[in-house]
Amino acid sequence: MSATADANPLGTVPETPRVGAVGLGQSVPRPDAAAKVRGEFEFSSDLSVDDSLFGATLRSPHPHAEIASIDVSAAAAIDGVAAVITADDVPGSSTYGLITADQPVFAATKVTYTGQPVAAVAASSREVAHRALDAIVVTYVEREPVLNPEDVVAAAERATEKNDQGRGHHRHLHDDDRARGGDVFRHLRLVHGDEAASGSIEVEGTYEIGTQDQAFLGLEAAVAMPSGDGGVELRTATQWLHEDRRQIAACLDLDESRVHIELGGVGGAFGGREDISLQIHVCLLALACGQPVRMHYHRGESFLGHVHRHPATIWMRHHATDRGELVKVEARLVFDGGAFASTSEAVLGNAVTHAVGPYVCPHAVVDGWVVRTNRPPCGAMRGFGVVQVAFAHESQMDKLAEAIGLDPVELRLRNALTTGKPLATGQLLDSVAPVRECLEAVRDLPMPITPVNGARDPRELPGGTGLTTAGAHVSRGVGYGVSIKNLMYSEGADDYSTARVAVADGVATVYVAAAEVGQGFVTLAHQIAASALGVADVRVAAADTDVGSAGSTSASRQTWMSGAAVNAACEAVREQMIADIAQRCAVPIGRLRIEQGVVYDADRRIGDVAECTAGQSYDHTCQYRHRPTTGLDERGQGNCQTAWAFAAHRAVVDVDPDLGLVKVVQVATGQDVGRALNPLAVIGQIEGGVAQGLGLAVMEELVDVGGRIKNPTFTDYLLPTAMDVPPVAVVLIEQREPLSPLGAKGVGEPPTISSTPAIVAAIRDALRRAGREQPLTRVPVRPEHIVGAGADGAGVDRHNDTGPAGKRR
Amino acid sequence: MGEAYSLDVNGVTRDVHDAAPTASLLQVLRERLGLLGTQGACEEGECGSCSVLIDEAVVCSCLVLASCAVGKRIITIEGLTESAVAEDIQKAYVAAGAVQCGFCTPGLVVATHALLDTASDPSEPDIREALSGNICRCTGYGRIVDAVQRVALERRATTKAAKKP
Repeated sequence: MSATADANPLGTVPETPRVGAVGLGQSVPRPDAAAKVRGEFEFSSDLSVDDSLFGATLRSPHPHAEIASIDVSAAAAIDGVAAVITADDVPGSSTYGLITADQPVFAATKVTYTGQPVAAVAASSREVAHRALDAIVVTYVEREPVLNPEDVVAAAERATEKNDQGRGHHRHLHDDDRARGGDVFRHLRLVHGDEAASGSIEVEGTYEIGTQDQAFLGLEAAVAMPSGDGGVELRTATQWLHEDRRQIAACLDLDESRVHIELGGVGGAFGGREDISLQIHVCLLALACGQPVRMHYHRGESFLGHVHRHPATIWMRHHATDRGELVKVEARLVFDGGAFASTSEAVLGNAVTHAVGPYVCPHAVVDGWVVRTNRPPCGAMRGFGVVQVAFAHESQMDKLAEAIGLDPVELRLRNALTTGKPLATGQLLDSVAPVRECLEAVRDLPMPITPVNGARDPRELPGGTGLTTAGAHVSRGVGYGVSIKNLMYSEGADDYSTARVAVADGVATVYVAAAEVGQGFVTLAHQIAASALGVADVRVAAADTDVGSAGSTSASRQTWMSGAAVNAACEAVREQMIADIAQRCAVPIGRLRIEQGVVYDADRRIGDVAECTAGQSYDHTCQYRHRPTTGLDERGQGNCQTAWAFAAHRAVVDVDPDLGLVKVVQVATGQDVGRALNPLAVIGQIEGGVAQGLGLAVMEELVDVGGRIKNPTFTDYLLPTAMDVPPVAVVLIEQREPLSPLGAKGVGEPPTISSTPAIVAAIRDALRRAGREQPLTRVPVRPEHIVGAGADGAGVDRHNDTGPAGKRR
Repeated sequence: MGEAYSLDVNGVTRDVHDAAPTASLLQVLRERLGLLGTQGACEEGECGSCSVLIDEAVVCSCLVLASCAVGKRIITIEGLTESAVAEDIQKAYVAAGAVQCGFCTPGLVVATHALLDTASDPSEPDIREALSGNICRCTGYGRIVDAVQRVALERRATTKAAKKP
């Protein structure tokens, strides 16, 4: 428990970590924590190499324009400038992309989003590099930007009607469009059960989700060095080393073996480092100059330089019996993918397949679109499409509960998924599925005891140190949310991880390319190796491309996938090592034990590992794949995912209904984690994810007007501080997942998903209790939505050009 | 365009050459003096990852002109580490699980040190307010508050024990 348990009666830590604890299930401290607290940890922005030049990027000031000309001569002539490169200087593929290679390394004939790279320079210092950028002359002819995704959908629907005689299709349209570079990244339709089914109770609503940014603190940074054989060495912060290598090699026209990547320290990622940002540019500059080049984005550039969470408009209609049993969910999803495809296809796939939520529902019709506009590209952010639909489906469940007169928790319990039930894709849910347990856990936790009104520390009131709330009218509300999230990749993706483990002289070294971005995989790798091998001295080598791919640090997959690969490699080493020792020491294998670096024959100590294996070394590489998944058919049906995790959230908020201010007082969560391999690390991930869910609920939005982001700064993009995030009460629901080699489920994404709708539900509840109901159908909830300044309080947003809220069928 | 001046950093006088007069203390610490522990996540005074102590007060070094810090006592995370004066704070952060990516961590250690230097029994709102100038994107602050509470408790216990006749 925390040190002052009475000050924080809902303290969350179930156990205090024991220094020296090594096994799985122990809260082993991070191996890199000591360096981090001392200021000695090397982040990618701390990397430097002698004689390195400084690289910088010229970006489009327009959301849509033709490039009439680019003149780099004045820039190239500046003293200290070593290279100025544009699209003409890209030797290989002119475009890159995670799924579809549609994104230009440098814009050549047109720009299609504000911030799109047009050129890059390498110079002797940052100041000279920026002077060179200013000296590049680009002549633009501005064009009208496409900013309303509904217009793109409408045009596509008209084209479909003309060409396709009304046949249902999804990827068909998309594939044609993709080939033409068309504006629909994906149209996916899902029909489960009977399309014509209906229920006696119907509720519908249209929901909007604004653009959230990952806002990782560690700014994009890299060092690239020519490796002398025409190849290049790159050190950078990324989520997927091998995928970066594939794209860099293609654009540089190099064999992948000539591109070597080593992971620099990563200051957070949350999906924002899955796509290429500066990697290809810095490698091109290094090869152009024949010298090392460093690049380092500043914050404003970072906001433009990586993908964001897709903003979306979602219409839903829920049908139920008058006992509250779900009969059918209809949904129409329109996701704004921005200028390039990134992972939009996969994000939409997730959104469509998760639109029903963690509930049993015999019939569903979901029509999902993700389209191209002239906004900065959208892609992966923790939750990956499910965050958006969860806000809609949980808001709908509350609406349904109210229409029927049922308690919102009871309605959810009545419909909760269990193992063995079919999902909206027709796939049977065969993961452990403790939905009921998660929800009951948060329902049963004691409520916070601090008084709503009366004498309170003003810092705990809505508005905090602004001292704006008098306190007398503060209303407290409670809200709930539950979610389902797939783990690992979907729809037939070849999802695997590789690990190599070597033991020599009693030292085990783990080589795995799983990007450590702060989530604690590096700790887990230590724990697995220590417990599987019994070796006391375990090192995890810096991640690089010498070992095979571990896949991305995303999709809540690394614990399951790379954990399994490391474990498999350790088992292979152990088997060989034990057989050797058995032979050497003439001891039956069955009696041998290795613990904390010592070899035992039952209880008799034989010697330490180094002695018992003197002269021998062991080295195994293993690959782990989860069971195959399939694509979706023309009704969106298929066994497209491999495992799922669940979470429930309860939020308590205080609201000042006159000023529209919110204080989140407490978030409680029950999360289905399978097995907590490191409870303290799991809690850290859950608390951090809840903070991001809170941010989306009440604080965070990238505001754009005319395709130009107005708040690419920490001053105006509001991130939750220690005064915004309340204590989080965590209940870990541990039911071992049989499909997962170590029994554990990924934990990174579920906390970000139903935390947002729970908080918004709590605000609605607080307003209802104050007699001031507001629909609150948009996140982030703004003061004017709470006060009811819009025509319907739904958040007709004056700040954004998002256009009219949704279209209904 | 070289300016030459000296800065008192971590008790050592360091000469700065050829820094632009517009250079922030953050830039000089990192790029001229090789002290990379102090980070710059926003360079606009919002995130606190650049926190240092100037004459014992926590400041955002990205907002201080290096040339204006002449004649002042500057302590960075390296100085706190070297002098071991914040060792219990650093150990508590590790033990409490308060470190994930670590980018905010040096700034938080500096801010925690400043808080506990002036407040021996901070309440939870006191702690959260004192650390509200340090953004953490990974942890949600729960384990950080716990770490600070542990240190405050241990220091009070140590002081109490020392005071016993």
